[in-house]
Amino acid sequence: MGDTVDLDQFSDWMRRYAGVIHDNAPLLTELDSAIGDADHGSNMDRGMTAVVDALDVGEFTSPADLFKKVGMTLVSSVGGASGPLYGTFFLRFGGKLGAGPVDAEGLGVALHAGVDGIVQRGKAAVGDKTMLDAWVPAVEAYDAAASSGVGAALTAAAEAAAQGRDSATPLVAHRGRASYLGERSAGHQDPGATSTVLLLETAAETLG
Amino acid sequence: MKKLINDPADVVAEALVGMEAAHGDRLRIDYEHKVIYRKDAPRQGKVGLISGGGSGHEPLHGGYVGPGMLDAACCGEVFTSPVPDQLLAATTEVDGGAGVLHIVKNYTGDVMNFEMAAELAAAESAVEVRSVVVDDDVAVQDSLYTAGRRGVGTTVILEKLVGAAAESGRSLDEVAALADRVNAAGRSMGLALTSCTVPAAGKPTFELGEDEMELGIGIHGEPGRKRVPLASAREAAQLLVDPILTDLPYGTGDSVIAMVNGMGGTPLIELYLMYGEVHRLLEQAGIGIARCLVGNYITSLEMAGCSVTLVKADDEFVDLWDAPVNTPGLRWGA
Repeated sequence: MGDTVDLDQFSDWMRRYAGVIHDNAPLLTELDSAIGDADHGSNMDRGMTAVVDALDVGEFTSPADLFKKVGMTLVSSVGGASGPLYGTFFLRFGGKLGAGPVDAEGLGVALHAGVDGIVQRGKAAVGDKTMLDAWVPAVEAYDAAASSGVGAALTAAAEAAAQGRDSATPLVAHRGRASYLGERSAGHQDPGATSTVLLLETAAETLG
Repeated sequence: MKKLINDPADVVAEALVGMEAAHGDRLRIDYEHKVIYRKDAPRQGKVGLISGGGSGHEPLHGGYVGPGMLDAACCGEVFTSPVPDQLLAATTEVDGGAGVLHIVKNYTGDVMNFEMAAELAAAESAVEVRSVVVDDDVAVQDSLYTAGRRGVGTTVILEKLVGAAAESGRSLDEVAALADRVNAAGRSMGLALTSCTVPAAGKPTFELGEDEMELGIGIHGEPGRKRVPLASAREAAQLLVDPILTDLPYGTGDSVIAMVNGMGGTPLIELYLMYGEVHRLLEQAGIGIARCLVGNYITSLEMAGCSVTLVKADDEFVDLWDAPVNTPGLRWGA
């Protein structure tokens, strides 16, 4: 209660996530080989490396500034579907953050705006076996735990995202490249939902 | 991984250097944005045609830049769509005052990136942008429950026909309407005998046994709809042609532009053998072949296999097909 997240923590979140993505790039690409086109790990790694480069040279006065840069960098360096989806998330997320530190309620508003952006851009819904299977339960869990503070809410969100990711594994994909496999996509873990869980786990570690 | 490369990270950029060295008389390259331009773009008063997508499908799209086809091709990483910055730069560059048509293959990433570029173009410039999304792959069923049919072989034929129309001075509305008609008239189906290796991944995208083939593949090394026992060319041709013929449907008396396309790792001797089988099947069905293409036109790196594309063609399509074209990938009459 009463805890807030400041610019340095947000910046730390992005740097830590870049490291986590680099370490998990082979896993993400392997998951993508099974039901996609074997590039999610290398694309995200390239994108987050570009984000760290941008953070190194940029001077940011507010979280809104920071995430605008993160979003635009991902859109222009990742490609595929992940670039526009993660890019749109951070652009909308940052758009709801003001100049100063943000509390649990404000962070929740920003998370919702980001996830709404993913829905609009990707035209997908829960159950389609996409990253939204992790995002949507995550924001619901965040809301339910927001009164306990940022750390507790993000931890709940990361746990719900992991459950959502796992619950999508047996499903048949209805959106994205995995949908072309039809029934054969069932039983495979979704790469986008996996990178989403990593993002929220890193958030719980750095922002809480 | 056995490939003639220097570093997996530099494959696309270094291929562009070779492209300009080979075809600098007709093409110029923007290395920063990885865009291949027709040397004399923008052409005043002509509708600008842009396509783009992941690399690894050569000659598509860069090999189709030049008089009679595209004004620009935006190159993504291997099998990864280009990003909005690249598409926006190309859109602004090729506009000769008559507007720009984006030719997009229906893949989630390509569609999103082109959409973002069109939104940015509308916000930042006065260029009028239209788009056509090619979705001709009959292997994808249940389009309501998927991302829809993929854009494959019809893209090549569409870029030729629409390119001829733009060259002859048709308006953006006319060119966009033609693109929709070509897409609606085209159907494709492909099969793979082997997988392929994305340089950055270093190993094959999927494993395929010696006695198996993958039916209903796209062009990104993604697994297909069904894995079936390896069949003879005669049976394989039937597996590709039947679902196409029943889908449009084509019938007795129809005329088509037919393409037997190699996926990159199948020799021409096998492609011609397959073309013979396809020709025989179409003859049996009473379908005339007005024009044809046999060769590697839209590939998946070194994948072995082929695809069949049929575009139902009227006299207008045939005239546009015969119009002069001068690109690295297709050249006649010029």
